[in-house]
Amino acid sequence: MKNPKPILTLLFLCLSFVAGTALAEESFAEWLFTLDRMKEVRPVDNDNYAEECGACHFAYPPGLLTAPSWQKLLAPSALEDHFGENAELDDVTLAEITGYVLTNSAEKSYFKRSRKIARSVASMDEVPLRITEVSYIKRKHHELTDSMVADNPDVRSLSNCNACHTKAEQAVFDNDTVKVPNFAEWDD
Amino acid sequence: MNQSLIALLSMLVFAAPVHVHAEVASSEQGKVLWLQEVPVNGESRSCTTCHGTDLTQAGQHIKTKKPIEPMAKSVTTDRYEDPKKVAKWFKRNCKWTWGRECTAQEQLDILAFLKSQ
Repeated sequence: MKNPKPILTLLFLCLSFVAGTALAEESFAEWLFTLDRMKEVRPVDNDNYAEECGACHFAYPPGLLTAPSWQKLLAPSALEDHFGENAELDDVTLAEITGYVLTNSAEKSYFKRSRKIARSVASMDEVPLRITEVSYIKRKHHELTDSMVADNPDVRSLSNCNACHTKAEQAVFDNDTVKVPNFAEWDD
Repeated sequence: MNQSLIALLSMLVFAAPVHVHAEVASSEQGKVLWLQEVPVNGESRSCTTCHGTDLTQAGQHIKTKKPIEPMAKSVTTDRYEDPKKVAKWFKRNCKWTWGRECTAQEQLDILAFLKSQ
């Protein structure tokens, strides 16, 4: 009876509940049971995807968009005008890459950040074509100023994930891993 | 079906002359093509837009700023080894830079120029 441990455990659980549910797009149960390794987004693990998409830009993990977005982006001949660039692929490569992203798109992922993305996209009126249009991503970056992004020569656009997310290549986007170039420690 | 017919016909019409010329690749002509400025979508574009003028130096994607390894064969020695890759980039980049595909002769000339660097 003199053992204070049950009280502490209860207190811990209460605090956990508060902290857990305070996070958006995640139920308490999900917060409680998701394993640590599932926290982020599944890293890119397809050589063709990494090579083809990563040739011109940061190879965005497929779990950053849902299937309808990927289908729009990779529809036949859509890559001929890929945000103003020609990124055509031969049919075989395109089919392989499409298969890869569709099996790993946000709504199919067990990774928590992907699930949050999928949930936020579900409430959007239009299918986003850009990761930066996803409401979850927008909200996460809304505090950033032009001087930090658009006018920052080492960042220029939110689409350059790895300009600030130092572990973006490992698909880790946590606050603790963010360093905005030319700015002192950023902390929200 | 129609496409393959057109492809076949164009091969009959164009293949022979292109092939004859294509026997000789001119790196001088390749250099001219490399530097040629072409108006596309209201801006002036050339190969140097992304690859820069010093081929021994890295270039930079005009939009994403992602570095592009030097085009000079003497620096990036494993370049131009994979014909599939070469064809892919010619197709994409000619369309973006010149607003059309490059001819076989143009590709040979440009390749000769880049390999000589």
